[in-house]
Amino acid sequence: MAERTFRVWRGNKTGGDFTEYRVDVDEGMVVLDVILRIQAQQANDLAVRWNCKAGKCGSCSTEINGKPKLACMTRMNTFDPQETITVQPVRTFPVIKDLVTDVSWNFEQNKRIPPFQPKPRDADGHYRMMQSDVDRIQEFRKCIECYLCQDVCHVLRDHNRKDKFVGPRFMIRLASLEMHPLDCADRIPAIRDEFGSGMCNITKCCTDVCPENIGITDNGIIPLKERVVDRYYDPVAWLMRKIFGAGEKPGTKA
Amino acid sequence: MADVSEIQTIEHDVVVVGAGGAGLRAAIECAAQGMSTGLVCKSLLGKAHTVMAEGGVAAALGNVAPKDNWKIHFRDTMRGGKFLNNWRMAELHAKHAPDRVRELEQWGAVFDRTPSGLISQRNFGGHRYPRLAHVGDRTGLEIIRTLQDHAVHQRNIVVHMECTALDLLLDGGRIAGVFGYWRESGRLVLFKTKAVILATGGAGRAWRITSNSWEYTGDGYGMAYEAGAELMDVEFTQFHPTGMVWPPSVRGILVTEGVRGDGGILLNNKGERFMFSYIPPKFAPETADTVEEADRWLGGDTTARRPPELLTRDEVARAITKEVQDGRGSPHGGVFLDIASRRPADFIRRKLPSMYHQFKELAGVDITKDPMEVGPTLHYFMGGIRVDADTQQSIVPGLFAGGECVGGMQGANRLGGNSLSDLLVFGWLAGKGAADYAKKLSPPTIDAAQIEACRQRAIAPLNREAGPNPYSLQEDLQTVMDRYVNIVRNEADLQTALAELERLKKEAARVKAPGSSQYNPGWHEALCLRPLLISAEAVTRAALMRQESRGAHTRIDYPGERDDWAKVNVIIKKGTDGMEVRKESRPDPPQELAAIAYATLEELEGTNG
Repeated sequence: MAERTFRVWRGNKTGGDFTEYRVDVDEGMVVLDVILRIQAQQANDLAVRWNCKAGKCGSCSTEINGKPKLACMTRMNTFDPQETITVQPVRTFPVIKDLVTDVSWNFEQNKRIPPFQPKPRDADGHYRMMQSDVDRIQEFRKCIECYLCQDVCHVLRDHNRKDKFVGPRFMIRLASLEMHPLDCADRIPAIRDEFGSGMCNITKCCTDVCPENIGITDNGIIPLKERVVDRYYDPVAWLMRKIFGAGEKPGTKA
Repeated sequence: MADVSEIQTIEHDVVVVGAGGAGLRAAIECAAQGMSTGLVCKSLLGKAHTVMAEGGVAAALGNVAPKDNWKIHFRDTMRGGKFLNNWRMAELHAKHAPDRVRELEQWGAVFDRTPSGLISQRNFGGHRYPRLAHVGDRTGLEIIRTLQDHAVHQRNIVVHMECTALDLLLDGGRIAGVFGYWRESGRLVLFKTKAVILATGGAGRAWRITSNSWEYTGDGYGMAYEAGAELMDVEFTQFHPTGMVWPPSVRGILVTEGVRGDGGILLNNKGERFMFSYIPPKFAPETADTVEEADRWLGGDTTARRPPELLTRDEVARAITKEVQDGRGSPHGGVFLDIASRRPADFIRRKLPSMYHQFKELAGVDITKDPMEVGPTLHYFMGGIRVDADTQQSIVPGLFAGGECVGGMQGANRLGGNSLSDLLVFGWLAGKGAADYAKKLSPPTIDAAQIEACRQRAIAPLNREAGPNPYSLQEDLQTVMDRYVNIVRNEADLQTALAELERLKKEAARVKAPGSSQYNPGWHEALCLRPLLISAEAVTRAALMRQESRGAHTRIDYPGERDDWAKVNVIIKKGTDGMEVRKESRPDPPQELAAIAYATLEELEGTNG
């Protein structure tokens, strides 16, 4: 056991500041363990979100020494023994209290996404999909909705263009639908116009912070951008549409 | 704090409390039936405990083993539950699980595939055939996300996030509303409704070593009990055999049974595969008794019997406890779970990605190279609110329940994979039941005195000058339950636990939550003590009454199953003088079902009809 110094942001939407805590840390502890110990022993009303404590629910996103992380998966032995640990709420969303932020905007974005539209089943009542055809959407579906990618996205964090761009989380949600072998809906126009695929300038910060190691940019956003380009900016396709009309959905499916 | 007339009121036809798999599935059904449906979730949507389910959802699809059918699933479930299951529930479950899984696919779920492109299925403890539809070891996440994304597009569902339900309100004995508070603001809220569906899960947080998150505080048990409903079979608390044991801060976190399903073996500190010494006579005919035969099974030989590591969870948990007690445990008080020597590294990373990640990140162990240290962890409540099998309605008119918070389906022990299928099937049925009930009714009325009593109780911990720390009280409770109401129980320990619980109830009545009502976890911790203590007392009293060892309930002073106890359920109800416990005779099973449950496998194989 060793005593460590934690600086935890305390406050609400009207303002706040860091409070310093001295706290005993045991072997194997993660940052969330320490926060919960501070809460139990020194600050009963310290607000923090958490659930599974195993990196599966994505509730405990915070900024630890300035880096967006899951508090439950950040082990204390990754810091220098004398290092002061600073914990603050994610910056991109408004603070409710202490480490808890208002992430409701993300839930609103999810509602805007046109839902899954399956094609009919095979004659024997089954759906058939090959594993190799679903590997890439299974990668996207690993997302635990921690919103760390939303937190670091420049469009959302630095430019606050939440009106123009749904953010990386929902780009990969769109990708998981667009690349679903059974899905029949066409979301390409909306991906360009409503969800703002053009806003992403591929700095890959979202990919760097993803605790599930999803290739958000390379495997999700870039292919969606390519589909938009194919649809709207490919001169051959444009000419075909002019001549034959836009009735048939172009081949955007997996 | 506002007085009663100023409390925010929201009206729905049906209110679902809990937004894990059961709550979401119930809400989707209510909405489909045209009901205005409120979905009250304690956390953000999509964070409920279903997200932690790893191994898979059990359904006799027959995609991998064409011989499989609902009758064999039913038989496995009854045998796993030591024949204490509600027969009708086990029947409904086995019959409807395949459709519920196919429906998820219709809503966008992407399960792992067989070589011919169908939903793949894996082996699990107690299931005769590979039966668990799965997505690696993150099946729960796939299910909750699929249900969540489907639910948010249903017009009739309003999701109330970070809202905690505290009390049920009645109108002349029937359900009239739910009383609770918003975490964010601390404001109180009243939901007026004709029917309530509880989908609140279990009460694992009464123990320290548990796979459950902070949410699992038995809210549904507490609310239902206070409203006059009955609880049943709550002595059967499942200790999952494999939780992490090291480091201390992660002790209890689940290690999926899928590790054993995919070939993992259990070893003691002498390197012995000890499960071969713990095969009970009942399962002996279907279990391999040599390493050689078990290895042939792993290699795909269909004539070989299943390895003993895949016995039911109660058997494996007890065996591990015994090995540790007898000094054959691992350095940190567990045993070794080894898959590294059984499967290639890339297989492990592909089939068990989150286990790989979890051990690497939290314990510094590479499971493709080294064995894991594991030990039992409180995981699941087989028992719960007593309901009618077909409608999922309790004895309180308008009070329905689905999923883990219900008793009956799982009997004395649950098979892995049967909880995800349970919550889909009975979430769906609870939704149907509640919608049918609510359609016939006009809105109830709620008298102000009832609301005022709820209000007073809710704000009391904030208003007290001083009192015990709510976190310390919960820790005290966990110490009591870990020490006296664990895997192996006896009369003296259980009596001690009851005395300790009395002491804790008195302490909890004086608990103090410092700070304001705005997002104040100390206050929330104080308020969850009531349902936690009701749940803990119910488990202890039921465990004391059942003088035998069956399934997950082991009494060292009453070893072995006793025939007279197979004929009764233990029922808990609130009486005028505190908690009442009674035995109630079980009805005889329908002949057709009894014939299936006691049939040989050969008689049932390939008889899907």
